[in-house]
Amino acid sequence: MRRARNRPGGRGLPGAAAALLAVAVAAASAPAPAGAGEVHVAVAANFTEAANEIGALFAARTGHSAVFSFGSSGQLYTQITQGAPFEVLLAADQERPRRAVEDGHGRAASRFTYATGRIVLYSADPGLVTGAETLSEGNFTKIAIANPQTAPYGAAAVEAMRALGVHDRLVPRFVHGNNVAQAYQFVATGNAELGFVALSQVATRAGGSRWVVPEDLHATIAQDGVLLEAGEGNEAAAAFVAFLKGEEARRVKQKFGYGADE
Amino acid sequence: MFDSTDIWSPVRLTLELAAVTTVVLLIVGTPVAWWLARTRARWKEAVAALVALPLVLPPTVLGFYLLIALGPDGPGGWIAGLGGGRSLAFTFEGLVIGSVIYSMPFVVQPIRNAFEAFGERPLEVAATLRAGPWDAFWSVAVPLARSGFLTGAVLGFAHTVGEFGVVLMIGGNIPGETRVLSVAVYDYVETLRWTEAHILAGGMLAFAFVVIVSMLMLEKRIGRAGE
Repeated sequence: MRRARNRPGGRGLPGAAAALLAVAVAAASAPAPAGAGEVHVAVAANFTEAANEIGALFAARTGHSAVFSFGSSGQLYTQITQGAPFEVLLAADQERPRRAVEDGHGRAASRFTYATGRIVLYSADPGLVTGAETLSEGNFTKIAIANPQTAPYGAAAVEAMRALGVHDRLVPRFVHGNNVAQAYQFVATGNAELGFVALSQVATRAGGSRWVVPEDLHATIAQDGVLLEAGEGNEAAAAFVAFLKGEEARRVKQKFGYGADE
Repeated sequence: MFDSTDIWSPVRLTLELAAVTTVVLLIVGTPVAWWLARTRARWKEAVAALVALPLVLPPTVLGFYLLIALGPDGPGGWIAGLGGGRSLAFTFEGLVIGSVIYSMPFVVQPIRNAFEAFGERPLEVAATLRAGPWDAFWSVAVPLARSGFLTGAVLGFAHTVGEFGVVLMIGGNIPGETRVLSVAVYDYVETLRWTEAHILAGGMLAFAFVVIVSMLMLEKRIGRAGE
């Protein structure tokens, strides 16, 4: 009997392992791209669209370019503690930038609030969300929120539901997005009938139904940014932080529903 | 907080998912492998390529299509509707569907290879001994291809245990339903709970090593016995 038959488990494996190793080595030895005129920014998922617009304006005005990495604040922060080559962190909360400073990854003096966010109960179905009563009536099977352990927008959603006294009843219907962008995606595809998303995600979109959660139901989502160690001495990083505080950036933030705050 | 206190629930769930997926894959994959090994149809390699696609596609591509297909506007939503639901995303059944597609090549390929390896001869002999096709399949083809089945089952199981991207995109991280081991590790790492992450990740490492070593040893033994 021939013996070549068990390819996938047999001979193929060492080859695949070697290839994987080669890729890993190549990735590890790639230089951290931090050339002049470029700034690497870790951005909380809720700020994605605003960041892209601000980035375009920033490039047009200063000639520098901003390279964004989007994720949940928790994910980005973990990466920063492990030496990710980010030069600026734009988190969705104040806690992580504060910790970044405490743990020696960020510059204390550079910490600032770049935006304040709001949460929205949103559905792609135009008739579903009418207000707080949508939650207590509970005519839905799944409600999407960002993972409250890693995403401040998820934590704010939990806080609001607690304040309304519906949280415990709704827990079995939660689906967790890895970050608020994924929570929105679950709702947008209709897989969850509704969900708590960031106002910035729906502010410029018509359609669906929405209820902007009143600010007395949850602590203000103050989003802090901080200049990280890796960005020290990078002119583009300093320029980006300055631009983010400026008038043009403020208009973009306003358009996406962020509170004007400094 | 929340759900992550129970570190073993994701382990149980993952084993359940892998077991169910493997059984479904053996049932669905065997006829496909048989057909691929026997047919002379011109388009058989096209079918083989379809089966092999998940080897090449990023999990995010599968996850994206599945999210739409399982949702209320796709076939998954229709099926869910029969049971009073509206989407198969965020359900154990949805994960099984995703895992079956994702792990299919790992089961079909070894079984097909095994079927091809013993050639036409044993089946012709069985036919001259008046074994019907069904009888010949069970008493000749399956025993001769046992190493292929074993390899396929182990790889299918192991690959499902190792699944991450697809589950992350269609799972919704529900404890006891879709929060599998790989997602739990991801969460623990993100929330800086590295003790738990170490326990699960270390367990996975040992598991994967044991699976691969026992596969290699079994193959050697069966290969020798079959000669």
